[in-house]
Formats: sequence, C-alpha cells, structure tokens
Amino acid sequence: MTMEELAMKKPFNKQKTVIRLTMASIVVLTLYAFATFDYKDIQFLDAVISTVHTLTTMFFQPHFKHITFIEAVTYLFITLGLAFLTTLFGAIIALVLGLMAATNLSNPTLSVVVKGIVAFIRAVPTVLWVLIFAVAAGLGSVAAVIGMTFHSVSYLVKTYSESFEELDKGVIEALKASGANWIQIVFQAVLPSSITYLISWTFMRFEINFSVALAMGAAAGAGGIGYDFFMASSYYYDVREIGAITYLILIFAILLEVMAGKIKKKLRVKN
Amino acid sequence: MQDNFFARKRLKTLLYCALLLAITLIAILITNYDVIKGFTSIPKAADWAFNNFYPNEKSLKRLPVIISSISETVLVSIAATAVAALFALMFAIAGSHTTGVGGVFGFVSRSVATVFRNIDVSAWSMILLISFGQNVLTGYFALFFGTFGFLTRAFTESIDEVSSSSVEALRSTGASYFSIISQSVIPACIPQLISWILFMMETNIRQATLIGILTGTGIGFLFNLYYKSLNFSAASLVVLVLVLAIFVIETVSTYIRKVIM
Repeated sequence: MTMEELAMKKPFNKQKTVIRLTMASIVVLTLYAFATFDYKDIQFLDAVISTVHTLTTMFFQPHFKHITFIEAVTYLFITLGLAFLTTLFGAIIALVLGLMAATNLSNPTLSVVVKGIVAFIRAVPTVLWVLIFAVAAGLGSVAAVIGMTFHSVSYLVKTYSESFEELDKGVIEALKASGANWIQIVFQAVLPSSITYLISWTFMRFEINFSVALAMGAAAGAGGIGYDFFMASSYYYDVREIGAITYLILIFAILLEVMAGKIKKKLRVKN
Repeated sequence: MQDNFFARKRLKTLLYCALLLAITLIAILITNYDVIKGFTSIPKAADWAFNNFYPNEKSLKRLPVIISSISETVLVSIAATAVAALFALMFAIAGSHTTGVGGVFGFVSRSVATVFRNIDVSAWSMILLISFGQNVLTGYFALFFGTFGFLTRAFTESIDEVSSSSVEALRSTGASYFSIISQSVIPACIPQLISWILFMMETNIRQATLIGILTGTGIGFLFNLYYKSLNFSAASLVVLVLVLAIFVIETVSTYIRKVIM
C-alpha cells in the first residue's frame, strides 16, 4: 500500500466499530431467535385475528361483573399502598446503603462489598424474591412488600450512590479541612446538593413499583387489583372485565406519570 | 427575620414528615401489612434459604433443560427488544417536536405510545394468553408491546435533546426531510438509542421471568414448576443460572456503553 492509499483510508474508529458490531449482533441474534423458536404449530393468523377481536371487545364493551366498581377502586388503592410501602422502605434503607456505597464518602472495601451485594440482588427478578420470601412468610402482603423492597433497595442504592458520586470532590475536601465530621458532611453538603436527583429517582421507582405490585398481585397472590386481573383472565375468561380493569389502571398510571412530570419540572425550576 | 426563616423551614420539614407518616399508616392499614411479621420473616427466610435453597447433585442433572430454556428466554428478550426498537424509532421520529410531522399524526403517535407504555407487560401477557396459549409468541408479543411503549418515549426524548439546532440548520440549507433524518438526526443520537436498547434488553430478561410464570413458558415456567413441586434445589439452580446470564449481559452492555458514549 502506498502512502496515498493509506491516507485515503479512513482512520480506525473504535466507537463506530463497536456501534456497528453491536447492531450487527443484535440483528443476527434476532434472526437466529426467530429461526429457532418452538412455535408448536400455532395458527399465527388465527391467533392474531382472535387477539384483535379480544382487544376490541375489551376496550369497547368493558363491564364489571365479578367485582363492583367501588371494589375495583379499593383494590387499586391496595396495590397503590403496596407500592408506597415498598418505595418508602426501599428509599430509607437505600439512603443508608447508598452513602456506604458512594466511593467518595466511604472506604473502598465497604463500597465494593455493598455494590457487589446490591448487584446480585438486582440480578434476581422481583417475582423470584417475592416467591422466596413467601416460603417463610406465606403468600400475602408481607412477602410481597419485603420481596419488592429488596429489589427497590438494589435499584435505589445504585442510582443514589451515583448521584452522591457526582458531588464535587473539592466540597468534601474543604469541609474535611475545616474539621467537619462525616455526619456533618453528609447532612450539610451531600444530601442538600443531591436531593432533587434523589426525589426524582424515588418517584420513578414508585411508578415502577406500582406496575410491579400489579404483577405481584397476579403472579404471587399479593392482593390488590392485579389479583382480580389474573382471575378475570385465567379463571372467568371475562374479556370485558379485563377491559374495565385495564381502563382503571390506565387512567391511574397516566395520572401518576403526569404527576411525576410536574414534580420533576418543579424541582428543575428550583435549581 | 433569619430566625423566622429557619423556623419556617423546620416546620415545613415537619409537615412533610407528618404527611408521609400518615400515608404510611393508611397504606399499612389497607394492605393488611403486618409490620412485626415483616421484620421477623427476613431472618426466617435467610435461615430457610441456607438450609434448603442451594443446588445439589441431583438438581445438576436438570442443568441442560435449564440452559436451553434460559437461552430461549434471552433470545425472546433480544428479539422483542430489537423489533420494538425499530417501530419505536419510526414513532419517535414522527412524534418528536423537532423532526415530527406535527398535527394529528404526531398526536396519535404520542398517545399510542402512552397507552402501550402504561399497560404493564404482565397485563399484556394475560391478554395475549387467551388467544396465543402457552406459546413462545405470548411472551414475545407481551415484551414487544411493553418495550415499544417505553422505547418510544425514551427515543423521543433523546431525539429532542440532540437534534433541535442541527435540524433547523439543515432545513435552512434546503436538505430534504429524509436526508435530514438519515444524515443528521440518527447518527447524532445513535449512541443514546443503543444505550436505551441495551437497558431494555436487561430489563426484559427479568420481565420475561415474570411473564413465564404467568403464561407457562421459558425460564419462569421452569422455576414455577420446581417451586410448586417443592424441588427447591432445582429452583435455586434456575435462580443461579438466571443471575449468571444477567451478569454476562450487564457486563457486555456496560462495556459497549463505555466505548460508544
């Protein structure tokens, strides 16, 4: 190759290569997945048509039959209560562990240990935690709240410690030099400067916990509206009741999202 | 005056704490949550886990079955995410404020995404179960719908963030709509898009476990089967394999993110 040819060639760009490789492997894996799935001779078109039929019945002819509207709203509040308790417990525990996990506030060994444990807890899906606790506590709200709290803690420790680590190193050094102890540093510098992040992450987790609580009602007998959804779909095969419950959940979830957006905006304006 | 300021601040904090406490008490009441049992069940569960919840020699024989079902679950998650990302990109471009076609179509695209995002994947899986039965495709479409809704919102935000100034500049030079999208908008935000796709793949593997329990497919079904037949050592092996798979995927995606961002 002559010098000219070399100059004409584009320089090797690691970023672009990795992007291309990632996209290519995603495409290959997707094609491989479709080729190897065990479809069990499903009549795909029939299933799609019947799903469309289900969806139209669901959304255009909703009714409550096995539960009343008032009961449904009560169950919805139970689900909301589960999500709230989980988020609150999770946030309190995660605040302490997050301080221990932040590299700029804790010693390296402790930080690595906390982060490692938390990563393991996060890798196990929430439903498995709930089912594992259900063996000791029995199916119900206790197992659901404790199991869901486990996962919330692991998620929040990660996000909290990352927000703590964003704090300027100089601030901590200056406070240390002026003789402030660890508790003073945390309460006077670390928490005030990261509180907006903490609140917005916590609220995001609350939204996630709401949908997790729904699923736990269905999969782990945690009670709440998720259980009625499961009953309507798997026992009564009552598509119209599924539709009514879905509307209720949908309205509530959109309300939550709007509220979260408003809180985030308010926090941003304050800064 | 300063006195007053601190007093007011303290009062405000106190009020917030009181409100939080009140909501907590209401929540404990309506969910029938037993606080004492909540505390005692943690050591009890740990004790039980140490005595029962570990793989033994007999359960290792089930490893081939577990591995084949986890690879199916992983593949379902990847395929659902990839196809959903493609649709989400189209909807995000149409619904974004900078690149959007605006008007009715933009509104429709945003509302479709909102509806899909707010119906949980567990709800989707139970709806689809009615027509698709115990099939791989039930989980696939449930994940697809949930991912589609989430990625549309995420992509729209990324596109809005990255491209407002460049789109204006290119428009004033007379570039066509499609060349603006393909030459400026997509290249500028592709690292963020890939980061979101990777995030969603990790999430979907965990979600797939839940869907599996509800619909009787994949790794979730296997766990539920062992769990309900009280074969806890095999169930723990499922958990270990799952954790391992998620760790591998997290490591790969962390590496990719580090390089591309």
